[in-house]
Amino acid sequence: MTGRHLCHISDLTVADMDRTLDAAEHMVPIAQGQSTTDAAHGKILATLFFEPSTRTRLSFESAMHRLGGNVISVADSSSSSSQKGETLADTVRMVASYSDAIVIRHPREGAARLASRVSRVPIINGGDGAGQHPSQTLTDLFTIRKAKGNIKDNVVTIAGDLKYGRTVHSLALALAAYGTQMIFVAPESLQVPAETRASLLAHGARARYANKLEEVIAETDVLYMTRIQKERFPDLDEYRKVQGVFHVTNRLLADGKKGIIVMHPLPRVGEIDQSVDDTPAAKYFEQAANGVPVRMALLAETLGVRGVA
Amino acid sequence: MKELKVQPIRNGTVIDHITGGKAVTVMRILGLLRPGWTSTVTAAMNVPSSNGRKDILKIEDRELDAGEVNKIALIAPNATINIIREYEVARKEHVQIPEKVSGLVKCPNPNCVTNHEPIKTQFLVVSKDPVRLQCGYCDREVHEVADHIV
Repeated sequence: MTGRHLCHISDLTVADMDRTLDAAEHMVPIAQGQSTTDAAHGKILATLFFEPSTRTRLSFESAMHRLGGNVISVADSSSSSSQKGETLADTVRMVASYSDAIVIRHPREGAARLASRVSRVPIINGGDGAGQHPSQTLTDLFTIRKAKGNIKDNVVTIAGDLKYGRTVHSLALALAAYGTQMIFVAPESLQVPAETRASLLAHGARARYANKLEEVIAETDVLYMTRIQKERFPDLDEYRKVQGVFHVTNRLLADGKKGIIVMHPLPRVGEIDQSVDDTPAAKYFEQAANGVPVRMALLAETLGVRGVA
Repeated sequence: MKELKVQPIRNGTVIDHITGGKAVTVMRILGLLRPGWTSTVTAAMNVPSSNGRKDILKIEDRELDAGEVNKIALIAPNATINIIREYEVARKEHVQIPEKVSGLVKCPNPNCVTNHEPIKTQFLVVSKDPVRLQCGYCDREVHEVADHIV
């Protein structure tokens, strides 16, 4: 993977993903500050975020610092050149000349691919509109593997905003590659888009579609909740119709399979009741924490940093 | 004797078997509607044929090359190209749908980066019959290609 772009989850094979997850295991003590490394000394990561981000940006920056490298970033996209009318391609070319890799987040689908076509350094997609979020998927896979022992032998129910949720689009394709069984639960208007469904079909994915969590909770090993993304709705009336449609409670989970876990890429806005937080099922904060070792492993692979894992 | 609806041309290109009603779009794709175009162009539309209705374009004194003509395959997959020299057909070819399409089609996804940045669109041809394209940036599929020609 050294020197390769990661724009779409399909840029990775199952072997690539497994190798990254294995490496991430070794990164955990460093990510937690129990040991240190300067393996990436002299390397510079640029974070180019044109959309707000807390977890992705901070975990990438933390990961690079934990590896002993440096980070440069634009403090706020409103102060960047794009506001002066510079094209994305020109911005990326310029930032590429200042760094060894770029993490980009952008509100438009395909922005990371555009960046990859003009950049002389590897591009990592930190989320492009409603498109893809492959580094989040690696974090999700790591969390599932850690909690359940493996990725394949689970029924993963993915619920919420499956239309605009980029984490869902990446995760579904990755799970399909592993042969994991999936159930997609959403109101009809927020179900998985046609292109992703077609890709799932082409991959021979074991997928089914439902409208209510109650119908599928008994067979679910991993419940992956997502936020209904108000900011991506072209029509706010449409948002209001589906707002708050899912709310996971301990009562719902009591009907679930033994050992069920609940995940969420965060932030959550009412999808999971706070009373779930203190139960063994709640894995979403651990999932967020896993973002650092996983992104350390991804950065180490991408930058060709050796001697850490 | 069967009356010819369109007079033969001496030299140039005849595009036959264009899907009925698509001649104007074909002209647009080939740049025949641009102000600088000076060759004589004759169009016959909705001409009865064995497969229903077809359009025919006759372009005088200009031999179109395969690269130019294959662009029209997206909307007229059955078209044939006849190069005419001294009233005779010097060469006849069927259009071929290319593997990739660049700059000719607009992505139907309003949030695709290609609709917001000054870049040429790129599509992969994922099906030739019926023609379906996939955006090389956002993966959105295009089913009704004629509706999205730039």
